[in-house]
Amino acid sequence: MAQVTLDAVRKIYPNGVEAVTPASFTIEDGEFVVLVGPSGCGKSTLLRMIAGLEEISEGDLSIGDRIVNDLDPADRDIAMVFQNYALYPHMTVRKNIGYGLKNRKTPKDVIEAKVQEAAAILNLTEYLDRKPAQLSGGQRQRVAMGRAIVRDPALFLFDEPLSNLDAKLRNQMRIEIKALQRRLGVTSIYVTHDQVEAMTMADRIIVLNGGKIEQIGTPSEIYHDPASTFVASFMGAPPMNLLAAEMIDRVLVFAGLSVPIWTTARGPVQLGIRPEDLRLDPEGPLQMEVDLVEELGAHRLLHGHIDDQRLTVHLSEDTPVQTGPMRLSCRVDNLCLFDPETGRRLVTALPDAAESPVEAQSETAW
Amino acid sequence: MADITSKFTRSRSLPRVKWSQVVDHAILIAGALFMIVPLLMVLQTTTTSDIETMRHGPSLMIGTELDDNFRKAMFEASGFSGENSGMSMLMNSLILGIGFAVGKIVIGMMAAYAIVYFRLRFATMAFWLIFTTLLLPLEVRILPSYEITQKLGLLNTYTGLIVPLIASATATFFFRQFFRSVPEELVEAARIDGAGPVKFFIDVLVPLSQTMIAAMFIIMFVYGWNQYLWPTMVTTEESMYTLVRGIKQIVQVLEGNEIPQYGRANMLAIIAVIPPVAVVIFFQSWFVKGLTDSDK
Repeated sequence: MAQVTLDAVRKIYPNGVEAVTPASFTIEDGEFVVLVGPSGCGKSTLLRMIAGLEEISEGDLSIGDRIVNDLDPADRDIAMVFQNYALYPHMTVRKNIGYGLKNRKTPKDVIEAKVQEAAAILNLTEYLDRKPAQLSGGQRQRVAMGRAIVRDPALFLFDEPLSNLDAKLRNQMRIEIKALQRRLGVTSIYVTHDQVEAMTMADRIIVLNGGKIEQIGTPSEIYHDPASTFVASFMGAPPMNLLAAEMIDRVLVFAGLSVPIWTTARGPVQLGIRPEDLRLDPEGPLQMEVDLVEELGAHRLLHGHIDDQRLTVHLSEDTPVQTGPMRLSCRVDNLCLFDPETGRRLVTALPDAAESPVEAQSETAW
Repeated sequence: MADITSKFTRSRSLPRVKWSQVVDHAILIAGALFMIVPLLMVLQTTTTSDIETMRHGPSLMIGTELDDNFRKAMFEASGFSGENSGMSMLMNSLILGIGFAVGKIVIGMMAAYAIVYFRLRFATMAFWLIFTTLLLPLEVRILPSYEITQKLGLLNTYTGLIVPLIASATATFFFRQFFRSVPEELVEAARIDGAGPVKFFIDVLVPLSQTMIAAMFIIMFVYGWNQYLWPTMVTTEESMYTLVRGIKQIVQVLEGNEIPQYGRANMLAIIAVIPPVAVVIFFQSWFVKGLTDSDK
């Protein structure tokens, strides 16, 4: 169990490509941190540097109170679960789980006891003498977990461990992994490109894009206070609506509305609204043309446009909807503004009461 | 309707001979005969006495001399020194075949391991250099090879018989291709599990390569067993003769006025055929099992 600290850790490949720009953060003891981002964003590289499978070009990495830059993976006191499980195909489950202990010259009876214990935790006891080829995907994943937990490491690393499983199993394993981590209390770093996994499992999320850290925060912070348009559109399904708007004299002008908002920006801005923050309101100030209704059982998604800007609305209440014009409203404090050039979030504040909804200012200008 | 009638006519015409099938079978049978008849002829001559063979040539008659010929072939020495009975030649051939196959597999695997798993400078170039040696078979380099072997005092030794032939581009190539297909994560998992290069090789790579090793063993054993030129060059003592070489030698010895010992020579030929066939049959079943298990 340990704290993990990255101090300006950077990765440059020999061909000059910078895969990870200097990254600094600290992961607390027992914390479950998820690295999330699209493919090629450097999340796996970062994880592999922490694991010691990839060299660190610059910066310091410490696990516990020692700097581990130059240590072999085996000496870093870590365990890793791979996407394709990476089980040794010719070994039985028992040997797979015990292999790391065997290499550390653990006495046989201790290995056996620990393997039994790990197998009991993971419901693998009856499969101990099978080979990986005779197991289902979920069971193989559990064996890979067993191989990790049997060593009592200071740090668990997960490299997209669920992406080879089908959707149903993925949901189940997600809960199992999270529960197991809670129970063992081991610091964990989990890499995924799936924002649902990131949201549901993480204590803290680190969003990466193009080798850079976009934002670090709790799932709720990441979701409700995205630091950039990238985070806003990457996290959440459907993603945040991003609309072109303009700031004129401390007033946000969008689709015929003017909303007074305090911000430093002038001129064009991007306006972000989460689909579920929009609601149907016959008196609402926004007029949306609905093109398509997606029925998802528990909720519905309305896809449409305002002027020529695409928009999605998430409806959970059971009101009848059809395509065609529809009026919407939204609370002003749910609006996010971004710089259209850099994509960074603009600091905003409401001029007076935070509770003033958009409709208060409806149909004032234009 | 049309469908039903066509089915009906087809079922009625079923006894009709399909000519394409007849032709197929004729070709297959001809091929099988072409392969097996010479062997049967050899087998037949081992059952009759040499005089009989001399007088009538190969025939359909099965004689009673099988035991006698087998005894002569296996246990009676031929040649001048009297040290090369069938038994000793069989032994030499086995040592050559197994030593050759095992040596090639070990060297090939280790070379491929170095090329695939270690960041060596010029690893690719080294590989292609090894690969181009396929264009330089033993016959091309036989004089220098012989000279070195001779200077090292390895003539008439098993070492001299086996070691100069052991470096193998073929085996290195096949193992390289195989190792490259082993998932990268397996190496990484092993590193995290604390397995060093040697442990990874022995604990993971060798067991994974079982089927490849079996395939290589078949090819290399037969190849080594059938070596003729090199054993002829490096062994001059009759006690070191291999079977393939010994058969020829019997015919040479008996070119005088005596009746050639057909029965004995042919018996040796049969004995020389059996081990490669046995290896193929034994490893093939193993090979298929390994493939269908789809462990990897």
